[in-house]
Amino acid sequence: MSVQEVLPLDGVAARPSGDYRADHRLVAEMVKPGSKVLDVGCGDGDLLQLLETRGIDGRGIELSREGVNRCVAKGLAVVQGDADTDLVNYPDDAFDYVILSQTLQATRQPKVVLENLLRIGRRAIVSFPNFGFWKMRLQLLIGGHMPRTENLPATWYDTANIHFCTIKDFVQLCDEINVKMERSVALDLYGRPVPLNLPWWVWNMFGEQAVFLLSRGGGK
Amino acid sequence: MGSVKSIPSPAISADERSHEVDHPSSLVAHFGTEQPLRLDCGVDLSPFQIAYQTYGELNADRSNAVLICHALTGDQHVANVHPVTGKPGWWETLVGPGRPIDPKHYFIICSNVIGGCMGSTGPASINPATGKVWGLDFPVITIPDMVRAQAMLIDRLGIDTLFAVVGGSMGGMQVLQWTAAYPERVYSALAIACATRHSAQNIAFHELGRQAVMADPDWHGGGYADRGIHPHRGLAVARMAAHITYLSDAALHRKFGRRMQDRELPTFSFDADFQVESYLRYQGSSFVERFDANSYLYLTRAMDYFDIAADHGGVLAKAFAGIETRFCVVSFTSDWLFPTSESRALVHALNASSARVSFAEIETDRGHDAFLLDVPEFFDISRAFLQSAGKARGLSLEDR
Repeated sequence: MSVQEVLPLDGVAARPSGDYRADHRLVAEMVKPGSKVLDVGCGDGDLLQLLETRGIDGRGIELSREGVNRCVAKGLAVVQGDADTDLVNYPDDAFDYVILSQTLQATRQPKVVLENLLRIGRRAIVSFPNFGFWKMRLQLLIGGHMPRTENLPATWYDTANIHFCTIKDFVQLCDEINVKMERSVALDLYGRPVPLNLPWWVWNMFGEQAVFLLSRGGGK
Repeated sequence: MGSVKSIPSPAISADERSHEVDHPSSLVAHFGTEQPLRLDCGVDLSPFQIAYQTYGELNADRSNAVLICHALTGDQHVANVHPVTGKPGWWETLVGPGRPIDPKHYFIICSNVIGGCMGSTGPASINPATGKVWGLDFPVITIPDMVRAQAMLIDRLGIDTLFAVVGGSMGGMQVLQWTAAYPERVYSALAIACATRHSAQNIAFHELGRQAVMADPDWHGGGYADRGIHPHRGLAVARMAAHITYLSDAALHRKFGRRMQDRELPTFSFDADFQVESYLRYQGSSFVERFDANSYLYLTRAMDYFDIAADHGGVLAKAFAGIETRFCVVSFTSDWLFPTSESRALVHALNASSARVSFAEIETDRGHDAFLLDVPEFFDISRAFLQSAGKARGLSLEDR
């Protein structure tokens, strides 16, 4: 599968920003109401709360104890756990969707995690910061230092993000493990979708982050 | 060498203790010969009685009942002054007006476990067949037996589904047994500082305690009641050993360190020179005032036998297959008696069963005992879990 075949999500236009983050709203709109969802790396539970308002049965896993306790104190069904080690404990097809929001780059084995997402869930929704974003490239090219942005302010030596990738890299990984990309959206620096009809290299250059709706590919 | 002070004798006589055993200062449900309690050991216990307390009102559709399960040395007096010790209820931090489990919202039930000594039938009760105290003739009971008896009480109260079953330690074991045995009768389950089975180390500590009781010459093979005595020294030692396991190195250090008790210098004796010694002796001697030695043997045994997975072909997840109950599992970082790893194993099994589960580990240095203490984060989580379950259950939890 090539990048050009990836169809952007229809119906997602730039909206006035509410209480929820742009990528969370985008993810929430990819989930069919009434479905069962696991949010891996759910943080403070903002996305789960958004999903709950849409009648979605959401569960979460979060690595940090503080995050988990804040979620549980909000009445969310969240457990303390690690995407790298704990996903194996979930049975096949346990969820309609498994969401990995801004967490892939912090896992030790992104490929194994991605495979697990699509084993546990019939679909997976993955969002990640795009390291091919022009500002990133410029910082490395001109500045000569590891890129830092508003959304990724940590220095190279204290960042939890150990496996950065570009949109192009991610698409290649999906191809390699036979994952079907049903929908994809790149968001610019302001959380607006990059226009649909532009070639893929524009996405890879101007998308500050990307959101992919994935399903299991057919036999190859 | 100076004098050696032994553990002081209890201030309360054997007579006062036995009064609570048969005539508790609480509600009692009597079950006659037509309603025997079928025990795991194969014995039908009959007749028997369950002593219990309730707080709050059962709502019209009988959907707001919360069952509190007590730990090893607890009883039904969860949120009222204890009739023997005069101390506040053992879980008034969690249960009571303004607390996460508020009688304003819930109909709260807490019963003394079968095998206990505060009014439910146990080894300190009178065996109706002989007219004498049961002693070691009392059949060995298990956690499932305790829960079976509670289910009979809940039937008696006309309650079909419990809104929540809540407990810590041995109480948490009962919570898990409730969900495994009667999943359709438990809407939500709050299991705190517990495990799905008793570990080898915990069995070892229990055996130490039992041997301390049995080594007391006043134990008389369990027949002390007929002689009007109580093996209070052995039971106090058992309690002292157990109490250490409820704390943590850090908590002991913070509370006592190496500080001396009412003295500047060591006495070069085996007197309680250190504050920690004095504290442990106090814990031991105050415990024997309210607890029966044989009951301690039976209840520790029940915990030892507990292993939910073993009852389900060795696969824990099978115990919870298809369960609809909403779970909240809580552990404490410094609890080495029921460490977080035990809770995590439970959570993994619940995940494998696709159960709706929340799991929080609370950071504290107070050890296993933390669940009984003032730990605000734990209360916030308990409150939010029950509120969210109550909302889903359609309970009105607004002030009324």
